[in-house]
Amino acid sequence: MDKIIGNFGLLLEFPVVNIKILLDGLMIGALFALAAYGLALVWGVMNVKNLAQGDFVIAGGYVAWWLHGFGMPALFGVPAAFVVLWVVGYVCYRLIITRVIERDLFTSLLATFGIAIMMAQILNLLFGSDTQSIKLPYETLYFFDGFVDVPIAKLIGVCMAASLATAVVLFMKFSRMGQAIRATSQDARAARVLGIDTEKVYSFTFSLNAAICGAAGAIIVMVWLIQPFYGITYAVRSFVVVTAAGLGNLPGVIAAGLGIGVLEQYGSHIFGIGYQQAIAVLLLLLVLVVRMLQQRRSRQALK
Amino acid sequence: MTVIIETKNVSKSYGGVVANKDISISVESGGITGLIGPNGSGKTTLFNSIVGYHPIDSGTIQFENQEISKKPVQEIARLGLLRTFQQTRIYGEMNCVENMLISLPHRKMTMREIFSRNNRADYEQADRLLEFVGLYEKRFLQSGSLSFGQQKLLEFAMALMNEPTCLLLDEPTAGINPTLINGLIDRLKRANSEFGITLFIIEHNMRVIMNMADQIYCLAHGELLASGPPSAIQSDQRVIDAYLGAH
Amino acid sequence: MKYLKIPFYLALMAFIVAAPFLFPAFKTQLATLWLMIIVALTWDMTGGQMGYNSLGNIFFYGTGMYVCAIVGIGIAFNVGEYTNASGGGIYTFTDAQYFGGVLLGCLAAGLFCSLMAVLVGFITFGLRGPYFAIGTLGVAIAAGELVSNWEWVGAGQGIAMPVYPYDLETGKVFFYFLFAGTGVVLFVFLSWLYRTRFGAAINAIRDDEEKAEAMGIHTLRYKLTAWALSAFFVGVAGAISAYQLIHFEPLETAYQTINLGIFMVVCVLLGGKGTLWGPVVGAIVFHVFKEVTWNYLLGWQWVALGALIVVTVVFFQDGIMGWLRVKKPEWFGIRVETSSNDATGAAR
Repeated sequence: MDKIIGNFGLLLEFPVVNIKILLDGLMIGALFALAAYGLALVWGVMNVKNLAQGDFVIAGGYVAWWLHGFGMPALFGVPAAFVVLWVVGYVCYRLIITRVIERDLFTSLLATFGIAIMMAQILNLLFGSDTQSIKLPYETLYFFDGFVDVPIAKLIGVCMAASLATAVVLFMKFSRMGQAIRATSQDARAARVLGIDTEKVYSFTFSLNAAICGAAGAIIVMVWLIQPFYGITYAVRSFVVVTAAGLGNLPGVIAAGLGIGVLEQYGSHIFGIGYQQAIAVLLLLLVLVVRMLQQRRSRQALK
Repeated sequence: MTVIIETKNVSKSYGGVVANKDISISVESGGITGLIGPNGSGKTTLFNSIVGYHPIDSGTIQFENQEISKKPVQEIARLGLLRTFQQTRIYGEMNCVENMLISLPHRKMTMREIFSRNNRADYEQADRLLEFVGLYEKRFLQSGSLSFGQQKLLEFAMALMNEPTCLLLDEPTAGINPTLINGLIDRLKRANSEFGITLFIIEHNMRVIMNMADQIYCLAHGELLASGPPSAIQSDQRVIDAYLGAH
Repeated sequence: MKYLKIPFYLALMAFIVAAPFLFPAFKTQLATLWLMIIVALTWDMTGGQMGYNSLGNIFFYGTGMYVCAIVGIGIAFNVGEYTNASGGGIYTFTDAQYFGGVLLGCLAAGLFCSLMAVLVGFITFGLRGPYFAIGTLGVAIAAGELVSNWEWVGAGQGIAMPVYPYDLETGKVFFYFLFAGTGVVLFVFLSWLYRTRFGAAINAIRDDEEKAEAMGIHTLRYKLTAWALSAFFVGVAGAISAYQLIHFEPLETAYQTINLGIFMVVCVLLGGKGTLWGPVVGAIVFHVFKEVTWNYLLGWQWVALGALIVVTVVFFQDGIMGWLRVKKPEWFGIRVETSSNDATGAAR
């Protein structure tokens, strides 16, 4: 308890610490937003709540880390993870997801939970359960007499996340496939009547989601740590973001992603790093309760 | 006669669309009251407001002199004010008897009764009411496999099983085979006279409602247009205009 | 069928009692099987019968373990000091302390978990469908993470429980009968509960909650009651596990979200949701499958389990009993006539 108060006091005593936490939070939050955008896409278009989201992220990280082990430049890991996870997503869709789309939501939730467990265990068998990361050969910038350190690697990561997000948004807006995806998310039956091959849209959306997650993971491995069993926390974070922001609300997703990044950084600063996972999950509960109370005001349940 | 449901200046809007505006009606205890109006005139919205399905924007709703506009659906139902749905809602996986038994009034049970099995009297009551609505032969059919009209009858029987004081029926004859409508009118009247249940009915079929109701309210464009006994409503020029779309 | 019932149940009871002596090498396995049966049956109370698919019932298992440990150790020693010393060697329990601890620990665990179910349920039962599943999963994960930071109960190190005071083999029999007894009581309790009006009401909530509300059923009260009853038995099962396992730690043993937490769901789906025997059959099939394949898969067993979950969910969701129910409805005493002779109209 004293430690917590001490940590809190530190924030007030040295305001620059806040800047560091804020920056860290925003940078990591950008990556959360990326994974959450993928989830919102899948959720909105095919109404599948994907619990394997986080494991796609981690798998993408491992692809980049593994290739880096062969001497490939770290930044190339991002497109590589994008491609590899695209394939993984496509296989998952063809084998499993296509069979659960029309079923009740618990089915898809549980099926993707099964995928999540499988992926985590496969990664564990292939790469071991140690935490891994890629050290980039870039310098670190220091501000405020060294109180605030910003590794250039992280800045690069954020820029890549931002450009990936922009590319996806432009794709959704202007491409034929993007239009088909948006049409399907509004009304799948009407889209089918109008000759859109919704099956193709679904498989594309799911693969795209996996690929986005993979790319996010490849960035995360450069700026943070990955471990086979960290996946569920990323899935939880994606759920927090999407539940807080709602579907089809891109600015909301970005804002919520950044917000969660910041809140988590503050939380682990105040309560200690051991509480990081707990804070992510408690944020989920908090968001659920808030949304529930909102619904209750109009006498509806959150469903 | 005493007033059982009384709304005063009830307004409800969805977003910018005003569904009900300043509606004041009163339903008399022990009678049959009708609610008519063209499609989209806010009849079902008013029903939903009364049974607590959504909060209202302003006004008061009283049931047996008790303010209920702040109460949720289940609490209002426990007061004995029940409704049926326009699109029927029954437990489709179960057979008719099970549907009936689930509808027993839990509000009147003690803890001990809730944690005990249904007794012979419950089964007899279920059979009697299924007989009453004419579903006795089909009582062991899966209720989801019944036709829409039969499901409506089952829902009506389930509502009676719950022993309400007042029953709100949302278009009871819609989807029912025209040859059966007379039978249904008869049953509704008997439910009213024999079981003493106050009925408040939304109905599109003019012949049906004029035949049954003591008092009729007519809504149009979310506002109360006219009220009075059937004969007065039938000859009211505003009502005729509203239905013919000359408004 | 009916006259076979009593001999069948008697034979079954005899087998349950004789099992640890018939298969002496598998005592612990059989005890674990009972644990699976208990958690599957309790999951089905809310998941199958009430339609609230919880992914976080493991929360009660872990909480039961910790409550039992705190009570069981607390009646003899200071818990904080005990966990600091990792329970090692210094602390010895008398027989009275040990068995008293088991009894009080189980009871306290069950009651505390029921209380937690009511408190947590006040929040989570406002959530429906997938939100409920995710919300409860969140509760379980959060609890595990918080407990693993709580020094007083040994944080991430977990707790070492007192050891059974007599020889190892009788200890195994002891725990077998604790689990089996709880399981039998639970089964009998449920076979009664599902036939009451309460059982019908929670089925109504499953099939159409809005309708149940409109009929004036106290939905929240019933949901809380069902979850509290279910949590009681999970808590007791957790408490017994705490003593049986001797040592447990928060994330991998107590709040094992992705192991037992998901297994119970799979058992129920495999056996058949919303049936009395389904969870039992499912737990047996699942447990046997797991134990038989475990040693041959050389590390890939968890992957295989993940695959089993996916296959069950995707291809076989009605489960064994659900499949039988369609094939042989008369075995279940269901009276549903599927064809109607005159579909012309209801009212005569």
